[in-house]
Amino acid sequence: MSTKEQQVQEMTRVIAAFIAHVAKKLPDDVEAKIKELAADEKNPLAKTIYETMKTNQDLAFELNRPSCQDTGVLQFWVKVGSNYPLLGELEEILRNATYKATQDAPLRHNCVETFDEFNTGKNIGRTAPYITWDIVPNRDDVEIFPYMAGGGCSLPGSGKTLMPGEGYEGVAKFVLDLITSYGLNACPPLLVGVGIATSIDTAAMMSKKALMRPVSSKADNEKAAYMEQLLEDGINALHIGPQGMGGDKSVMGVNIEHGSRHPSVISVAVNVGCWNHRRGHMVFDKDGKYEILSHKGVTF
Amino acid sequence: MAKHILTTPIKRSDLDGIKAGDIIYLNGHITTCRDVAHRRLVEYGRELPVDVREGAILHAGPIVRDHGDDKFEMISVGPTTSMRMEKFEYEFVKQTGVRLIVGKGGMGPETARACKEFGALHCVFPAGNAVLAATEVEEIESANWRELGMPETLWTCRVKEFGPLIVSIDANGDNYFENKKVEYNAKKEEVLEEIYKHVSFIK
Repeated sequence: MSTKEQQVQEMTRVIAAFIAHVAKKLPDDVEAKIKELAADEKNPLAKTIYETMKTNQDLAFELNRPSCQDTGVLQFWVKVGSNYPLLGELEEILRNATYKATQDAPLRHNCVETFDEFNTGKNIGRTAPYITWDIVPNRDDVEIFPYMAGGGCSLPGSGKTLMPGEGYEGVAKFVLDLITSYGLNACPPLLVGVGIATSIDTAAMMSKKALMRPVSSKADNEKAAYMEQLLEDGINALHIGPQGMGGDKSVMGVNIEHGSRHPSVISVAVNVGCWNHRRGHMVFDKDGKYEILSHKGVTF
Repeated sequence: MAKHILTTPIKRSDLDGIKAGDIIYLNGHITTCRDVAHRRLVEYGRELPVDVREGAILHAGPIVRDHGDDKFEMISVGPTTSMRMEKFEYEFVKQTGVRLIVGKGGMGPETARACKEFGALHCVFPAGNAVLAATEVEEIESANWRELGMPETLWTCRVKEFGPLIVSIDANGDNYFENKKVEYNAKKEEVLEEIYKHVSFIK
């Protein structure tokens, strides 16, 4: 076996193990935020729900099982260096790793082929897992964000291209309308990902990337960061609580990713992550050495 | 306070005094039943392969390990979004006589009408807590309509103190989520007026 083949095999093994781990253990930032929300909660029903969540996460780790039965359709955001040597092999590595994790974890078979309407029974299919590629010039490593997008938190996903006259006021209204309707069933406290850009697809992509940013991180633009805070405080003031059943706060946070827009439009899209926000972040260098950034201290 | 436990078969009178917002637990049997099972019964007129009269259904698609020889192990079984079944639930309750519907999030006026008319509850199992729920399943006693694949198969489970189940619609048709939504929406307008003052970035 060539060195390259060995590297491919090892990388498939590591990513599969990481996917299985992500299904069972929350990333450090989400775990810390849930703990903080639970500690601050005063509402008795909400406290019971937070206690249930804690018991569940402990059991998942102890019994080595996926903490939620809906392990989603696997999505990967890949930021790959233009000089990364396994660029051509990555897609197959991610596909094979998804299949392997599905057997090992085990993950639920969530891949239904549209039109022919059958479950492949493998958790991979025509376009699953979904991979979003960003090429990073002059780098020779690769950053991978595995994400399990469950049905419940995918359902609120929504976007609209507004006229500029509706402004950022229209953006705020769009976000809040969604959170008080579909958001209630999406397993709050949610991480709310908002994308603001030009056409609807650009906004949607950014709303997804917003969910890959750590909870409690801030947008790099001062006004965007201000709007994140306004929306977070505003949604918290609704006292939606865990499961949408009432409580002191409502969300883990609001992350906004934004880009340039055509002068005639302002597109907004929202994607939400449930409280059980199973997102990973890992980096491989060109030789296959890896580091896990989302779950500190984990190795496979 | 002692746990309020319902045991299947559940009589209509067993639901007396249970109010939206209460927490209950279940002993006995519960069968997973979701999108396609509802559609088959209501739209295609197919009989459910499991009798759920005075019983319980769970809107869920679990992860199950197949040990062969019709032996299955429940690995992870949290509820799925109940609202997807709203379209079918009145007719479903009417035809099957199911007494307890467990899922995630609220349901709408048609389910509330069914709960009141036929005597049933809709409850929320706090979602995303699928391992806890799985440990409350003693055994999977049968698996029907397996051709639908793992999430949609009707898994009939024997459960012990399955819960916490938070009552979202009681047998009077009182709907916890609908009441909450009125509160959230009233407050939302106030919150938006405040946000509008600070986001006039287009000048």
